[in-house]
Amino acid sequence: MKIMVNGKDVEVSCRTAFEVRNQIGNKTDVVILNGFQIEEDSNISENDILTIIAKGIMPKEEELESMMMARHSPNVYKKLKKGKVAIAGLGGLGSNIAIMLARIGVGQLLLVDFDIVEPSNLNRQSYSINHLGMQKTKALKKQIEEINPFIKVETRDIKVTEDNVVEIFYGYDIICEAFDKSKAKSILVNVALDKLTNAKIVAASGMAGYDSSNLIKTTNPINGLYVCGDLENEARIGRGLMSPRVQICAGHQANMVLRLLLGIEEV
Amino acid sequence: MKLNGSTVSLSMNQTLYDFLESQKFDITTIAVEHNGKIVPRISYKNVILKDEDTLEVVRFVGGG
Repeated sequence: MKIMVNGKDVEVSCRTAFEVRNQIGNKTDVVILNGFQIEEDSNISENDILTIIAKGIMPKEEELESMMMARHSPNVYKKLKKGKVAIAGLGGLGSNIAIMLARIGVGQLLLVDFDIVEPSNLNRQSYSINHLGMQKTKALKKQIEEINPFIKVETRDIKVTEDNVVEIFYGYDIICEAFDKSKAKSILVNVALDKLTNAKIVAASGMAGYDSSNLIKTTNPINGLYVCGDLENEARIGRGLMSPRVQICAGHQANMVLRLLLGIEEV
Repeated sequence: MKLNGSTVSLSMNQTLYDFLESQKFDITTIAVEHNGKIVPRISYKNVILKDEDTLEVVRFVGGG
C-alpha cells in the first residue's frame, strides 16, 4: 500500500502505524497520523500521511518541513502553502499575525512597515531587546526564518498612502490591515476595496484596554471586508494597548485568514 | 433608509456626505458600502440617498 512517510511517498507492507515506526525508527519516536499524534497503535490505509520524529535529533532539511506540518490536517497544508498574504503594519497586531501565519505554513508573506523597533513596542509586539533599533520588517523576517524557514517572506519599508496601496499589495489573496492609526486603517481599506477587488481584507477595530475578551469578534460588514475587534475600544490616554486583547484580536485576524485560505468565507 | 441594519430617516435629496456629517461620522476613519458597492471617499458628495437604499458604515478606531 502507498502512504506518505516524512514527506515522501513510500510503498509499505505494514498494517499499522507502529509497525512502520519500528521499521524505520525506534519505539520512543513520536508518531503523527494524518495530523494527530497517536499514543496507541492504529491501522493505516492507502494515502495516509505518517510522520515519525526521533526526539531531540535535528532532522534533514527535506524532512523538516513535513515534520513541522505534520500536526496540520491533511490537505490543509497544500492550500496554505499556496497562500499569499500581505500584512500592513507590524505592530501588536501585525507582528503576532505574521508569526501565527508562519507557524501554520502560509507559503508567502509580505511584511509592510516603515518603522523601527522601539522599547515601547515590547509590551505587546513580537520583538525582543535584541531587535531594538532594527527595521520591524527585518526583525520579523529574522524571527520567521527561525520558526519556519520554508516561508517566502518579502518586506517593504514604506509608509502606506492612498497612492501606493495598489502597487504594494497587488497580487496578494488577502491583506491584513494591522495599522495603529484609524486614518491609516481607513485609507488602506477604502483603496483596497475599491481597486484590489480580488483581494479579501481582514482588518481590526477596537482592542485597547482590558475589557472582556469575549467582546472581540470577527464580523463581515461589507462584501470582501472582515473586521475583528470590539469595534469600540480605541487606544487613548488612560486606555492603552495591552498584550492579551491585542493578541486575541490578532488571533481572530489570523484565524479568519486561515479560513479564507481554506475557502471558508463565513466568519 | 437602512443604516447598518436599522431604519433611519433621510432629508430630501440628501447626499451621502451630508448624511454622514449629520450622523456625526468622521469621514476620515470610515468605509462605506452603498447598495452593496464600496463608495470611494471622493464620491461621497456625488451620491444622493434614497429611502430604499442600504448603507453599511464601518468605523475604525485607533489601536493595533
